[in-house]
Amino acid sequence: MSTVSFTEASVLGGLEAHAPGRDWSGPAPKRIVTGYGFWIFILSDIIMFSAFFASYVVLLGHTAGGPSGRDLFDLRSVAMETAFLLASSFTCGLASIAADARNTTWFHIAMAVTFVFGLGFLSLEAREFTSLVARGAGPTRSAFLSAFFTLVGCHGLHVSAGSLWLLTMMAQVFAKGFRADILRRILCFTLFWHALDIIWIAVFTIVYLLGSAV
Amino acid sequence: MLGKLNWSSIPFNQPLPMIASAVVALAILAILGWVVVKGHLPYLWREWITSVDHKRIGVMYILLAMVMLLRGFSDAIMMRMQQSVAFHGGGFLPPEHYDQIFSAHGTIMIFFVAMPFMIGLMNLVVPLQLGVRDVAFPTLNSVGFWLTATGALLVNISLVIGEFARNGWLPYPPLSELAYSPGVGVDYYLWSLEISGVGTLVAGINLVTTVLKIRTKGMNYLRMPMFCWTTLATNLLIVAAFPILTATLAMLLLDRYFGFHFFTNEAGGNMMMFVNLIWAWGHPEVYILVLPAFGIFSEVVSTFSGKPLFGYRSMVLATMAICIISFMVWLHHFFTMGAGPDVNAIFGIASMIIAVPTGVKIYNWLFTMYGARIRFATPMLWSIGFMVTFIIGGLTGVLVAVPPADFVLHNSLFLVAHFHNVIIGGVLFGAFAGYTYWFPKAFGFKLHEGLGHAAFWCWLVGFYVAFMPLYALGLLGMTRRLQHYDIPEWRPWLIVAAAGAVLILSGIVLQIAQLAVSIRRREQLRDETGDPWDGRSLEWATASPPPAFNFAVLPVVFGEDAYWRLKKLAADRSWSDQEPEYRAIEIPRNSPTGFVCAFFATMMGFALIWHIWWLVVAGAIGAFATFVVFAWRDEDEETIPAEEVARIDRINRAQRRTMLSGGTAG
Repeated sequence: MSTVSFTEASVLGGLEAHAPGRDWSGPAPKRIVTGYGFWIFILSDIIMFSAFFASYVVLLGHTAGGPSGRDLFDLRSVAMETAFLLASSFTCGLASIAADARNTTWFHIAMAVTFVFGLGFLSLEAREFTSLVARGAGPTRSAFLSAFFTLVGCHGLHVSAGSLWLLTMMAQVFAKGFRADILRRILCFTLFWHALDIIWIAVFTIVYLLGSAV
Repeated sequence: MLGKLNWSSIPFNQPLPMIASAVVALAILAILGWVVVKGHLPYLWREWITSVDHKRIGVMYILLAMVMLLRGFSDAIMMRMQQSVAFHGGGFLPPEHYDQIFSAHGTIMIFFVAMPFMIGLMNLVVPLQLGVRDVAFPTLNSVGFWLTATGALLVNISLVIGEFARNGWLPYPPLSELAYSPGVGVDYYLWSLEISGVGTLVAGINLVTTVLKIRTKGMNYLRMPMFCWTTLATNLLIVAAFPILTATLAMLLLDRYFGFHFFTNEAGGNMMMFVNLIWAWGHPEVYILVLPAFGIFSEVVSTFSGKPLFGYRSMVLATMAICIISFMVWLHHFFTMGAGPDVNAIFGIASMIIAVPTGVKIYNWLFTMYGARIRFATPMLWSIGFMVTFIIGGLTGVLVAVPPADFVLHNSLFLVAHFHNVIIGGVLFGAFAGYTYWFPKAFGFKLHEGLGHAAFWCWLVGFYVAFMPLYALGLLGMTRRLQHYDIPEWRPWLIVAAAGAVLILSGIVLQIAQLAVSIRRREQLRDETGDPWDGRSLEWATASPPPAFNFAVLPVVFGEDAYWRLKKLAADRSWSDQEPEYRAIEIPRNSPTGFVCAFFATMMGFALIWHIWWLVVAGAIGAFATFVVFAWRDEDEETIPAEEVARIDRINRAQRRTMLSGGTAG
C-alpha cells in the first residue's frame, strides 16, 4: 500500500515518470521572473506608443493650412539624434557586459558615456522643439503638430526618465556593489534603454521619413 | 497659490451632495475615531495597509469594490427615481446634477467596482490555485492596489470639492473639450482614470507573470484550473488594452491643458479618432470584466456538480479565442459613425463570431451540470442565475450587432438594458459567486446561507423588474440619459423599473446583513478543514485562512483537478502520516511603498485638477524620493524559521487528517 502526501519524497519515490519535462521545475527563479515581467511592461509601453503612432498617421495631413513635415523636418539633425541614441545603446550593452564581469570601473565608464549620449540626444531634440515653436510651428498650431510633439515628446520623456534611472543605477552600484537585486535592476534598465531605441527606429521611419514626404 | 480652487468650488447651494458627503465624511471620521481609540491603528498599518501578501491585497481590493458599489448604486437609484417622477419636466435632480450622476455611476461601476472586484478575487485565489507562495511582484502589487484606491478617492472628492464630469462614462469630444466643459469635472475623470489605470496595468503585468512563470511542480498549462486560464486571458487583455486608454486620455488632457488639437473642432482635430481609440480599449475592457467571471462560474459549477469541468480544453480554447477576437469588434460601438456598409458589415460579423466561443462556454457549463447531483449553495445559485440572464443579454447583444438594427437602437434604452444585462448578469453575479465561494478561504468561516439565498433572489428578480422595461422603452424610442420627458407611454415602464431598483436595494441590504450576521456568528460558521465545499483545486488544500506562506511544502501536481485527485488517492490508499521535512521559508517584507506612492499620487492628481502647480512639483519629487528609498533598502525579505512553519502546518495537517479519514472524497 503506497502513501500519498504533499512531500517531494513521494515524487522521488518513482512518480516522476509523469513529469512533463520543463514544467517540472516549479516556480521560475527571481531573475527570470523579473526580466519576464519587465518585458511585459515594455510590450505595454510599445502599445501605448502605437496609439500615439496611429494618431500621428491619422492627423498627418491635418495641417490646418500650417506647415507640413516637408517644410519643418531637418533630417540632418534627426540623423545625428539617431546616431547618438544607437551609440548609447551600444555603450549600454558594454555596461551590462561590465556588470556581468562584475567590473565596477568599466560599468561606471560605460554608463557615464551612455548618459552623455542620451543627453546629446535630448539636447538635439530640445533644440528642434524650441526652433519649431520659435517659427510659429508649436503643438497648438495644428492637429498634425499636436500629434508630432506628443509622439516625439513622449519618447523624449522616456529617455529623460531613463537617464534619471541610469544615474540611480550608477549610485546604487557605487553604494552597494553588484548585489543580486541590483543586477536584476540593471537587466531591466538595459532592456528599457534598448526598447527606446526600437521605438526611435519607428519614430525615425514613420514620423520623419514618411512625414517629410507629406 | 491654490490655482482654480476657492470657496465657490464647494457646492453649498446644493443640499443633496452636501448632505450625502457630510454623512459619508461623518461615517469615515467615526470609523477612524473608533480605530484610533480602540488602538487598532498599529494593527491596521502592520497587517493590512503595508501588507504585500497577495491574499490581504485581494481582500482590500474587494472591500474597495464593495464600498464603491454602494456609491454607484445610490447614483443608480437616484436616476431611476428621477426618471419615474420627471414626466413633463421637474423631478428632484437639476439637469447639471443629473448629468454628473449618470457619468459618475458608469465610471464608478466599471472602474471602481467591477475591475477591483475581479482583480481582488484573482489576487486572492490565483497563487493558491497555482500552488505557490506569492505573486511575481508583491510590492508592486500593493502599489497597484493603492493607486486604484487613489482614483476612487479622487472621484469621491469631486462630490464635495468642485464637480464631476457631465458627459457620460466616456468623455466624447468635442463635448469634453475645454470649450464646452470648462469646469474641473472632466479633469477629475481624466486624472482618476490615468492614476488608477497605472494601478490596473501594474496588476495586469503582475498576474500575467505570475501565471506564466510561477507555478508549482507539475502544474503545466493544461492542468491549471479554469480560473487561472481566464486570469491569464484577462490580464493579457489588460496589458494590451490599458495603454491605449492611458494614451487616449493623455491626448484629451493635452487638448484641455495645453490647447493641443487632437480632438477639437478647430485646426484639423479629429473627434472620431477619440471614439475609435477609446473603444479599441473599451471593447477588450468588456472582456477584461467578464472573462474572470467565466472562470469563477467554471470553478463553482464544477465544484457544486461534483464533476470535472466538461470540455476543459474547449473551454481553454474558447477563452483564448475571446481574448483575441475581442480586439476586432470595437467599431460596433459606433456603426452610426458612417464608416460605410463594408466596414460595418465586417465588424457586425466579427461581433457575431465572438458570441460563438461564449456559446461554447455556456454549453460546457450545462453539460457539467448534466446528470450531476447539484448542491444549490449560494455560489451555485448565482451561477445558474447568471446562465439564464447572460443568455438573454447575449442574444440582445447579437441583435444590436446587426448594423441596420443598431441604427434604430443606438443610444436608446435598449442598449442600456443590453449592457446592464451582461454586466450585472455576467460580471456582478460572477463577483458575488466568487465572493461567497472564496469567503471561507479568506477568513476561515462561511457566509450565512439563508441570507445569501434571500439576497440572491432579491437581486435576480430586482434585476428583471428593473431592466426588462428598459428594453421596451428602447423600442418605444426612449434615448438614454434623459433628465425629463413628455411621452406618457414611457411613464409606467419607468415606474416599474424604479420598483426593480428598490428590489435590488433590498438585495444589497440583505448582503450587508449577511456579512454582519456571519461575522457575529463566525464560531458556528467556522470551517476547520480548509475545504468547506469539497473543492477540486489547490486553494482548498491549505488552511483557511492560509498561512502567510500559503503552503508549508509546495504541492506536487499530477493532473487536472489537483486537490480532488489527491483526496481520491488519500481515500483509496492510506493518508501519509509521515511529516515532510520543513524548511525555513522566505517571504517578502511588508512595505509602506504602495501607500506612500498613493499619497503622492493623490496629491499630484488633486493639484493637477485644480492647476496648483507647486503642489504638482512637490508630489513629483515625493514620488521619485519614494522610488529611491524603496530601491535603497537592503533587506526585502524576512525568514519564517522551520520550527514556526512546522508548528503552523501541524495544525492544518491534523484537521485535514480528520476530514480525509472521514472519507469525504470517497
